[in-house]
Amino acid sequence: MQGHEEIDYSKKLDLTLWKRLLVIAKPYHGQLALIALAMCVSALADVAFPMMTGYAIDHFITQHTSQGMPGFVALYVGILLAQVASIFSFLYLAGKVEVGVCHLIRKMGFHKLQELPFSYYDRMPVGFLLSRMTTDTQRLADTIGWSLLDLVWGVIFLITCTVQMFLLDWRLASVVILVLPPLALISLSFQKRILAAHREARKVNSKITGSFNEGIMGAKTTKTLVREEKNIEEFGVLTAQMKRMSVRASAMSALFLSLVVSLGSLATAYVLYAGGNAVLALPAGMTLGTLQVFINYTLQFFQPVQDIARIFAELQSSQAAAERVLSLLATEPDIKDTPEVIQRFGDSFHPRTENWPQLRGEITFEDVSFQYVDGEKVLSHFNLHVNAGESIALVGETGSGKSTIVNLLCRFYEPTEGRILIDGVDYRQRSLLWLQSHLGYVLQQPHMFSGTIRDNIRYGKPDASEEEVERAARLANAHAFISRLPNGYDTLVGEGGSLLSSGEKQLVSFARAILVDPALFVLDEATSSVDTHSEALIQQAITGILKGRTSFMIAHRLSTVRQADRILVISNGRIIEEGNHDQLIVKQGYYYDLYTGQFQDEQGQMVLAGR
Amino acid sequence: MQRHFKALFALVKENKAMYITAMLSTVVTVIIGFLTPLVFSETIDVVLSDAPSSMPEFLKAPVRSLGGREFLRQNLWLIALTVVALNVLNGVFSYFKQRNTAVAGENVAKSLRERLYRQLSYLSFSYHVRAETGDLIQRCTSDVETVRRFLSVQLVEAFRALIMVAVAGVILFNRNAQITFYSLILVPAMFLGSFQFFRKITQSFRLSDESEGKMSNVLQENLTGVRVVRAFGMQQREVEKFDRASTDFRQKTFKLYRHLAVYWGSMDFLTMLQVMITLLVCVGQAIEGRITVGTLVVFTSYISMLLYPIRQLGRILSDAGKSMVALGRIQNVLDECAEAEEPEALRPPLDGDIVFDHVCFSYEEGNEVLRDLCFTIPAGTTVALLGNTGSGKSTVVHLLQRLIKPTSGRITIGGVDIQRIDRWYLRRHVGLMLQEPFLYGRTIRGNLAMAAPDAPESAVLEMSRVAHADGFIREFEKGYETLIGERGVTLSGGQRQRVAIARTLLKENNVLIFDDSLSAVDMQTDRAIREALREKRSGVTTIIISHRINTLCEAQRIFVLEDGRLSDEGTHEELISRDGLYQQIYAIQSALEDDLNRSREAVAREEEAACRDMKK
Repeated sequence: MQGHEEIDYSKKLDLTLWKRLLVIAKPYHGQLALIALAMCVSALADVAFPMMTGYAIDHFITQHTSQGMPGFVALYVGILLAQVASIFSFLYLAGKVEVGVCHLIRKMGFHKLQELPFSYYDRMPVGFLLSRMTTDTQRLADTIGWSLLDLVWGVIFLITCTVQMFLLDWRLASVVILVLPPLALISLSFQKRILAAHREARKVNSKITGSFNEGIMGAKTTKTLVREEKNIEEFGVLTAQMKRMSVRASAMSALFLSLVVSLGSLATAYVLYAGGNAVLALPAGMTLGTLQVFINYTLQFFQPVQDIARIFAELQSSQAAAERVLSLLATEPDIKDTPEVIQRFGDSFHPRTENWPQLRGEITFEDVSFQYVDGEKVLSHFNLHVNAGESIALVGETGSGKSTIVNLLCRFYEPTEGRILIDGVDYRQRSLLWLQSHLGYVLQQPHMFSGTIRDNIRYGKPDASEEEVERAARLANAHAFISRLPNGYDTLVGEGGSLLSSGEKQLVSFARAILVDPALFVLDEATSSVDTHSEALIQQAITGILKGRTSFMIAHRLSTVRQADRILVISNGRIIEEGNHDQLIVKQGYYYDLYTGQFQDEQGQMVLAGR
Repeated sequence: MQRHFKALFALVKENKAMYITAMLSTVVTVIIGFLTPLVFSETIDVVLSDAPSSMPEFLKAPVRSLGGREFLRQNLWLIALTVVALNVLNGVFSYFKQRNTAVAGENVAKSLRERLYRQLSYLSFSYHVRAETGDLIQRCTSDVETVRRFLSVQLVEAFRALIMVAVAGVILFNRNAQITFYSLILVPAMFLGSFQFFRKITQSFRLSDESEGKMSNVLQENLTGVRVVRAFGMQQREVEKFDRASTDFRQKTFKLYRHLAVYWGSMDFLTMLQVMITLLVCVGQAIEGRITVGTLVVFTSYISMLLYPIRQLGRILSDAGKSMVALGRIQNVLDECAEAEEPEALRPPLDGDIVFDHVCFSYEEGNEVLRDLCFTIPAGTTVALLGNTGSGKSTVVHLLQRLIKPTSGRITIGGVDIQRIDRWYLRRHVGLMLQEPFLYGRTIRGNLAMAAPDAPESAVLEMSRVAHADGFIREFEKGYETLIGERGVTLSGGQRQRVAIARTLLKENNVLIFDDSLSAVDMQTDRAIREALREKRSGVTTIIISHRINTLCEAQRIFVLEDGRLSDEGTHEELISRDGLYQQIYAIQSALEDDLNRSREAVAREEEAACRDMKK
């Protein structure tokens, strides 16, 4: 969806940006050169056609002879074929370059996105990243494939045309080209305005889309508040604005075209006047054919000026897209393995699993401090020791730091101070992939990839056998609902898992985590958005799953939490209560209040759901 | 199809004046555009050579009276001036044409958008329950855009092409029928070729679009699932997956481009061939003195001017189908039955008893949600509704707001059947607070003002305090001016509920309905809000749906709903003495005590054991 629009910078044209892009497009330099050649041929042919007509007038018609006609026809056909060939190869090659460059940039971008740490994702909404990889990239490839080469055509045509005119009659030519500078100025200033007007219209358009979205999503609330007429009124303001903007953009284009045509006609008129007089002069200073050639050129040569102006305006307006894409490609991940680590354990794309040590699951936070890039300090001098196989539950309010602890553990972020030891070794001395491959991770919002349920379960282990998949599903209590589906494990989950309920999705994502048999299990609010029925199933499964593994769970529902070996109540980045469920109840502190408050809700829902 | 044409025609008719001026300007520009080559032709033939004029008599006469050929030769600037004048005139008229068609097209788009929005606002609640958001959005945006483009660009272009062919045909035919024939000999092939091509290529366009969709999907799944990808260490496989999708898109698109290259290449070939044929035929005739150089100029210029619009015409015709489909999809939404004014509707005072009289409801035949529901809510009392999952609690609420209509039976307020009460009047006076309220993408203040735009500042603050929203709102940097939603802050479930409550309290309510609308708020805040509310709502009939015993027991009367039937009703004291759902809910409290005691005992045992160990 086109929900948002990023800020467009209207800066001066920065050619270095485009040079950098051309460097990226290096594999296509040969083809770009061929395209440029085709464009030259095409421009030359465009200049040649009026010459041929002029020649025909002066040699055949005026002299009433058809002598040399076969040669003339042959030449004409030759130029025609050259022109067709160059047009065809230009279209073919430019298309090829466009899709190729697009693919190339996307590939690089995607690779980069797999390496960038979560702090980058925190700053960049997914929508922005998507548009960098889709529309922005497309725009750049279009520019490189088509616009730059249109520029070549325009420049070559303009130069050849001018040279030709000077060769034919330099006095006439020197007056005619006087039209060019004002034409160029008008074109440039109008093209910029037209593009800006279109951009404004697009912005209003995305607001209109937003309003439609709200109108549909909020239909019920709108009805209950009887807001219909007010909303319609407000929407009317937007549509009126849209109309004004669009009409303005169209009118500006129309005005521009009219101006260009009128201005161009000044040149034509002068050619008729001065050229006509030259034809009439005795002895004749000019032939009819030459006059015809001149008229033709003056009719044609405002086209390339317009094109060039348009391309410059486009370059400027797609500069923001270029900046965004290039900055994505240039971002260096701030969490990455050192060269020594990569040498020993491999990187995320080419792991050296043969050198990987086993992970037992003893974890130590040693004097760990952490603050986000924006300076918000979440943890300071945090210490925690977890034995291998121990299950830990983290409880606390939003923003207390419990998610940060888990994120640090998974090395989605790294401590700003202090260190985290896994099995007694600082985890920065092991590779990212080593840790993350040993991780079973279940999120609050289960994420499904489009494909079948089976595909989703074996996401982390693509070569898992049927039996393994089913065993994992049974352990996660997912087998029952899956086998009830008409296509069983081969049921498609739909885009984003839309064909499954959120409870079912969560069961599948549990099975997915179990299948990879991780030494470390992390449950991030894994039961808070599922229905009571699925929750009961998950509850049952969790006990079995966590046995023998080190696990961390952040949980909303305390029925999950109470099973943990140790519960940590976190507040402002510190542990304020610690112990098992019973101990914390007796303590009658924060946990006690939380538990008694939630007991009713959770049990009430159970009763109403008929369990 | 015919219906769609009618709808299209109706849209055009609304902007009749604009279209007529646009079309007139088109005709004028086409004619003026064709005059310039005629001026060249006359200049070359009459002024610069000694050939006879081919102008009509009424134009020849004034030239002759001025001194004819000689006069013009002396005053070539007159001809130059004519060329400039014609072009300026042409510019003026094309500006009008462009502007008017833009205005007409935008008017159509505006009215379509507004009609769709109005329709969406008034479509029934059950329509919205069934509707697919993505599809609806597409109808409102890209389908409208398709229709707009057709009406403001393509229709006018097609008209222009036809006028051009007609005008040029007449002028050329009058000059020389034979050459006209040769000059248009390839035109049918070009027209049909482009028509057929664009019809065939639709498939390639679709394949490329679909492939792009798939690629974006892989990308989106990767970005939104970045945690899963990393946690399973699947970067390498994701890179391969994306590479496959991107390569497929690249191939499909390149295939499309190859088709286009062949098409444009061959069309350009035909165009240039046609120009060449015209030129050679003209040269041949001119050598023999049968036509003048001027005529040659006219023919070659006209043919070049004509060929491009003819190629476009084929494309426009093949696109017309798409526009009709889009229009049909829009029309489908507009044809749906929406909530309409009922002239006979009543606006009685709503402070009477609410009576459900044998009410049944089902969305579809045979799947009854409510069965024969009978109960009375005395005016001014507070009642609670307890029901199991799927018992139809929310349906009761929806019925009360006339969002849906009973399949049989009736609901009365103060003795008046609500089906006879103006639905907007009813909704305005029955305040409904939902479990998952919708907040609009504007400021908090903007959201609060949704139901009561004229509410004074003091009321806004007071109701926010009642709903315990004032506190957290003030903690935001911008307070009440904080933007909510995609581009602003995300509120937690409890915060959203509290804003929604304040919003509803700001309007005048005779009846208040809390549909589990405090479920995400913690117990303490819940209690505080309920206490604050109690003072506010004296005399207002209140219906509370909840599963929290503390909330339920405060009601004067409690209705228990099970599987669409009223299974029990009574006061708190009555219900706890009877077996049933209510008693089960009540029992949770003692279950909690038991649970806590078990924990205490466990700890005591452990401590004892620890003590014994110490002693040993």
